[in-house]
Amino acid sequence: MPDIVFLGPQRHQPTLAQVLDELGLSGPLCAVTAGWQEREGELEELSAHVGCRVDDLQLYSRAERLFRNDRALLEEHRLRQQKLMRLQRFYRLRLHYALEAVRALNREEQTPLRSLLGSEKRSALNAVRSLDRRHLRRILKVHQEHPELRLRNHVQRQEVEGLIAASKAVLIAGGHIAVLINRMRLFDLGELLLQRPVIAWSAGAMALSERILLFHDCPPQGAGDAELLETGLGLVEDVVPLPQARQRLLLDDSQRVGRLAKRMKPALCVTLDEGSFIHWRGGRLLAARRSLRLTSQGKLRPLNPS
Amino acid sequence: MNPLLLQLRRLNKRGDEKALDEFFQSHQFPIVEEDGVTFVYRGEADDVYLQHWVYGLPSYQRFHALDDDSDLWHLHLELPKGSRIEYKFNVVSEGKERLIEDPLNDLKAYDPFGANSVCRAYGYTPPEWTQPDPDARPGAIDDISMHSKIFASDRRFRLYLPARYRRSRNYPLLIVHDGNDYLNFASLQTVLDNLIHRLEIPPLIAALTHSSDRLVEYAADLRHADHLAHELLPYLEKRLPLVRRPEGRGLMGASFGAVAALHAAWTHPDTYGRLLLQSGSFAFTDIGQHWRGPVFDPVVRFMNSFRKNPGKPAEKIFISCGRYESLIYENRSLVPLLQENRLMQVRYREARDGHNWENWRDRLRDGLSWLFPGPLWMVYE
Repeated sequence: MPDIVFLGPQRHQPTLAQVLDELGLSGPLCAVTAGWQEREGELEELSAHVGCRVDDLQLYSRAERLFRNDRALLEEHRLRQQKLMRLQRFYRLRLHYALEAVRALNREEQTPLRSLLGSEKRSALNAVRSLDRRHLRRILKVHQEHPELRLRNHVQRQEVEGLIAASKAVLIAGGHIAVLINRMRLFDLGELLLQRPVIAWSAGAMALSERILLFHDCPPQGAGDAELLETGLGLVEDVVPLPQARQRLLLDDSQRVGRLAKRMKPALCVTLDEGSFIHWRGGRLLAARRSLRLTSQGKLRPLNPS
Repeated sequence: MNPLLLQLRRLNKRGDEKALDEFFQSHQFPIVEEDGVTFVYRGEADDVYLQHWVYGLPSYQRFHALDDDSDLWHLHLELPKGSRIEYKFNVVSEGKERLIEDPLNDLKAYDPFGANSVCRAYGYTPPEWTQPDPDARPGAIDDISMHSKIFASDRRFRLYLPARYRRSRNYPLLIVHDGNDYLNFASLQTVLDNLIHRLEIPPLIAALTHSSDRLVEYAADLRHADHLAHELLPYLEKRLPLVRRPEGRGLMGASFGAVAALHAAWTHPDTYGRLLLQSGSFAFTDIGQHWRGPVFDPVVRFMNSFRKNPGKPAEKIFISCGRYESLIYENRSLVPLLQENRLMQVRYREARDGHNWENWRDRLRDGLSWLFPGPLWMVYE
């Protein structure tokens, strides 16, 4: 397993160049920017920042061309996406009520015979965890039903493989997580990423984890219930990355923080804000800076290698 | 009496003009407390009145002199928390009346007729998403002119293109009535830039239309509705990468602009999927005559027909109105009527505010993010 690094957002105060220096990596590099969709491959700022050649793997535009030219593949893709969207809707419906039960029990703190409450609260949260696990299993099954949507021997995938082989490291940028994981899975990138060090930020980090959690505590509409979207590529185990956590989460709300930490256990919820850096080598956490882990008690603690 | 007024009275009795000046410079007016607001006027006058536009209160309220022969005047107004009102002072002196902005208050709101002083009651703060955000990439505004056969004249409008606009993607379209006023008085560009930057709405294109004869053209005028559907929409869809489906097309307007939006959608069903109607002048009669004046005649005719047969003007409709507006009754009445049709989603919001542009500005996030939800949950940059 190569070096894998997660970073926080890179738009305002990029730290990528410094991290490459630290790791002793220089160009040429290749990048996945499929999460930027139509802006894929606009690498001027990124290249200037890292000071070397960066080749974009063009996963988004490659997929667009493939879908345009291969009707059968497009139909297969549509069918799978319809199934996934339907599943997501059903899961979201059930999740809303399951989380509402958790919240309602949390409001029962003043109830007489309070000793009975703890077990009910644990059971309600377990129902949510069970629903989460079931959802991921269902998603996995849908992916297994469409093996042809992994282009293992396609010429486009071979080109991607060639670009990665010619690079010293792979960068995976943030952006639209659903689009990003969709394109990475289509080109079966998981195996290819085992060949080179990978530096991923924001949605890029989410795509490398085992499960992709969508979250926002204060959206303009809705309750702000975090929901699982997909299985990730699983290059990093038992970690749920939370990009822009300071903006998107009410980190002062210990109930919410604790609930999310317990819900995701045994995976560790870790924040990825500006300046965050987490480094794994051979699957082992080697170093971490400015990244916090959420605890079951609703606290935030620095993430440290054990 | 408010402790600050007591202090003012003491200073006034001492006749210490310098101390009075210092007092006025070091305090904010009007004086805001949890239960209401105290207005203060300093100046020679025979009488002073508060002129406001709060429906439900006498719109002309008399100040009290702080003491006999005093040039200090005060008036306490109960205002619920979170309220925001616009007002002027009417100063009567030697038989002449002068309508002025509050000289002790720098907060102003602007509209096509000028400016008013603004009173922010306890608990009201302008939403931060209405203020310029240096991180938000600004969109561009272009001036456009097109010929209208229906009106037999050239029509000017402005086009908002979102930051990082590109022809390779398809954008929702929002057609805005009184577009210039929304830009000038309701910070529409800032709001769109911010909401797009925060991913709360998708990047969208807004056609900011305006009319030089709005009281006619926006009053349920079929020429206007046909112009939008048969001229403006095809013109834009031919030139811009737009989502050419009802869910990608929205109409928006305030006051008469809301009437124009509702009327345009009603007369062209299945064209627009989203409506944002703010403080609509939806006057109607259940029986007898209306009392709002002749410009409302076509509006009342339309609304009476609409109320008999509302149909499905759009799939999603967001309505907002101020509680301090005379139109609150008409807007509240519209909601259950629309909700009867289960094929439509209707959302209604009220605010403790009046018939003004900042009220409409403050409701934009709620309305736009519901009508056009952005990729907030999906994008992690």
